[in-house]
Amino acid sequence: MSTTSFGEPAIATLENQVDATPRAPRRKVKRKTWQTVIWFIVLIAVTAVVLYPLVWLLFATFKPNSEFGSNMGLIPNAPTIDNYTKVFEGIAGVPMWRFFLNSFIIAAGSVIGVLLSSSLAAYAFARIQFKGLSVLFAAMIGTLLLPFHVVIIPQYIIFNRLDMIDTFWPLLLPKFLATEAFFVFLLVQFIRQMPRDMDEAARIDGAGHMRIFWSIILPLIKPALITCSIFAFIWAWNDFLGPLLYLTSPENYPLPIALRLYNDQTSVSDYGATVTASFIALIPVLLFFLVFQRFLVDGVATQGLKG
Amino acid sequence: MRQRAVKETVAGYGFLVPWLVGFFGLTLIPMAYSLYLSFTSYNIFSPPKWIGFDNYIRMFTSDPAFIQSAQITLIYVVVGTPITLAAALAVAMLLNYRDKGAGFFRSAFYAPSLIGGSVSVAIVWRAMFASDGPVDNGLSAIGIDLGGWIGNPALVLPAMILLAIWQFGATMVIFLAGLKQIPKELYEAAEMDGAGAWHRFRAVTLPMLSPVIFFNLLLGLIGAFQVFASAYIISNGTGGPAGMTNFITLYLYKRGFSDGQMGYAAAIAWVLLIVVAVIAFILFRTQRSWVHYAGDNR
Repeated sequence: MSTTSFGEPAIATLENQVDATPRAPRRKVKRKTWQTVIWFIVLIAVTAVVLYPLVWLLFATFKPNSEFGSNMGLIPNAPTIDNYTKVFEGIAGVPMWRFFLNSFIIAAGSVIGVLLSSSLAAYAFARIQFKGLSVLFAAMIGTLLLPFHVVIIPQYIIFNRLDMIDTFWPLLLPKFLATEAFFVFLLVQFIRQMPRDMDEAARIDGAGHMRIFWSIILPLIKPALITCSIFAFIWAWNDFLGPLLYLTSPENYPLPIALRLYNDQTSVSDYGATVTASFIALIPVLLFFLVFQRFLVDGVATQGLKG
Repeated sequence: MRQRAVKETVAGYGFLVPWLVGFFGLTLIPMAYSLYLSFTSYNIFSPPKWIGFDNYIRMFTSDPAFIQSAQITLIYVVVGTPITLAAALAVAMLLNYRDKGAGFFRSAFYAPSLIGGSVSVAIVWRAMFASDGPVDNGLSAIGIDLGGWIGNPALVLPAMILLAIWQFGATMVIFLAGLKQIPKELYEAAEMDGAGAWHRFRAVTLPMLSPVIFFNLLLGLIGAFQVFASAYIISNGTGGPAGMTNFITLYLYKRGFSDGQMGYAAAIAWVLLIVVAVIAFILFRTQRSWVHYAGDNR
């Protein structure tokens, strides 16, 4: 068996011993390699199509304005960093960093709100037996399927009455009140998977729910909390409708709404700035994605499977 | 042990305080209020005026913009969602076939679903499908001359549907996780019985995956009804060209917040809610006939 250091011949030899016809397995191996090659090519092609818009965006940020319309291809003819300098100067008297900071405050605040409120609710749904549990749990699942638009008008009226228009409160308060059922649901699924031995032992020792929640459950569900944080951050960062409704003065705009300023004012002549600002708005999301993709992908997978 | 039950109930509601405030204060009561508003004429400045079913009657009898909005939204949902699901399943099966590099592909395909609804992507999409944009140029190169898609009433909806399909990644990830849970023995048994690839797909993959298909279909349909940001950006908030991106949520926004017809907008929101609820209801009712849960012997 001198060929065993190479995978293929070894398999072929093994199969030779089982099979009566010596040539057939060899062909089988060859067919398998070919299948892998085709498989690889197909996937690379899909990847190229899927990622092309993003790559295009990256390259487009280096195109001078005059090239939009004449050269919509990938590579800029006369690369420049003018777009970046222009974007960083800001627009409508507001510097770029301000939009960035607004986005960051809204997104970070959302993460804190979602983590606090959703983990409390999820613990109650998953671990406490109380009267009304099943009705309330069904109601929570119901809000998972509810189109958000059915409440935007009353919510707008409420926040208007509370004098919160043009502040971040209408965007942050709902997160502190666990209105996004996705997170509650994801955490419930996760907590239910955790073995009950530890918290039951703690209960016998006299620990209350707050204590079990804080020192046993929260540390156990850290991966799910990370998943929730990333989603909460990215969704708040990308949110458009909320800020569009509630924020009226440009110095309060987060990036997506600020992008509209670049877009509305000069849809033809300042295409470069629009595209570049779009790219800059995506950078934090893409970075998050690159660093945490494992959590994101697994989070989505868990959510779907135990539904 | 009664005392303990009381204690548990107190603890349960204690933990639920933030959620309960949100559920009643920002969801349930606002829902009831928007139902009330949908029977009124209301512009936020003067008190709502009860007009009965007038908003609903107007919607279906004398508002062609609403009818068109409902039509294009339905086309978007009915065409976009199944294609997205099919693409997601096809790619998931491809990825399930070999492990080599599957992690990389999985992540690359997932990225668009994370940013698909963002303004940035809508802006890119406008450029992609503009006349002389990459798509137009690519198609011209193989002899198909369609011109720009975004300004063309016949092609802007397909461009929007392609944007939805481009975000197949999240659905694909869920399918992939589902595929991994199908026991290999089932395929081996089917192969032993002489089942070909197509037959194995029909007899093993589809039924075993049906709970996941159900889940993805439900969330996909509901999500598709709510598309907003991309339509707003691609049409500069107008819903054009010729109303072909005037999706129901954009129309609702324009009526409520640009024209100040809050009562009418509330009525539109309720029609959307009812349609979504009916679809969810039908899916849940029919699932017994096509969704197979583990341990079921049907």
